[in-house]
Amino acid sequence: MHSLSELEQSRLRTDHPEFRVGDTVRVHVKIREGEKERVQVFEGAVIARKEGDLRSSFTVRKTSFGQGVERIFPLHSPIIDKIERVRKGRVRRAKLYYLRSRRGKAAKIKELRDY
Amino acid sequence: MVNGILGVKIGMTQLFEDGGRVVPATVIQAGPCVVVQKKTADREGYDAVQLGLIELPPPKRVGRPMRGHFKKAKAGPVRFLRELRLSDGVEDTAVGSKVLVDQFSDSDEVDVTGVSKGKGFAGVMKRHNFSGGVASHGSMFHRAPGSIGASAFPSRVLKGMKGAGHMGQRQVTVKGLKVVRVDAEKNLLIVKGAVPGANGDYLIVRRNRQ
Repeated sequence: MHSLSELEQSRLRTDHPEFRVGDTVRVHVKIREGEKERVQVFEGAVIARKEGDLRSSFTVRKTSFGQGVERIFPLHSPIIDKIERVRKGRVRRAKLYYLRSRRGKAAKIKELRDY
Repeated sequence: MVNGILGVKIGMTQLFEDGGRVVPATVIQAGPCVVVQKKTADREGYDAVQLGLIELPPPKRVGRPMRGHFKKAKAGPVRFLRELRLSDGVEDTAVGSKVLVDQFSDSDEVDVTGVSKGKGFAGVMKRHNFSGGVASHGSMFHRAPGSIGASAFPSRVLKGMKGAGHMGQRQVTVKGLKVVRVDAEKNLLIVKGAVPGANGDYLIVRRNRQ
């Protein structure tokens, strides 16, 4: 019997850069408006990654006009044009859901510096 | 032509449509199957074929009566045998011939039969979608079934009253699932939606009759 993960391998996208929870990323999303297709950028902190081969997804949170906005992207979806890693973050847990109850400076993620 | 095939549920995954829309899908290892026996209207009173699902490795211990049964069809031993009815007067399938997934193509509709996951002894809320009572505010009625009948008349519980009991692990057929992909080389069938049973369980896939 084939394994599910073996069957999913061939359809994974390998063109994404490495990024982790806590990083700030810029996600370029393809948006269809009638006939035209354009690219919209969603920039924010990665607060969660869910792993599962083709079913992997990640959550990006940003604050837009004082309002917290989160978007969950399927990692291997064709709607993602590209992902840019803007900043590395220093965090100590895998899911940063605690950021939802914080505002302003308390919601800041420290930058991880490589020396 | 046999209008169906036997298979094994591999698991669920997702596919992406062109617009990025995610489609939930189940991957089924469908076949290859071998026709082990033919039943005819003259002999058994109905037309059907008995299919066997060819798996690797084949079963090690096969009882003598079954060994003879497989030998008659010149087929190797299999674990999973099921009968599929043939539509009247169709008799072009020979014993020993193979039945493959390539009989299906994209956007065909199929019915998938399997044994659902066992849920054990389940209460009435889980088993029959009763609404139950409120959880708080001093309520003392939570997950119980409530009244199951009247009093002196009829002095008994009516037959067929829904109650707690064993749930799941019964034969379930999901009808009208769309085929989204057929991989004849790997003997895979991918259908849209969920299919009964756990991963690794046996399934019967039939063409949907409409």
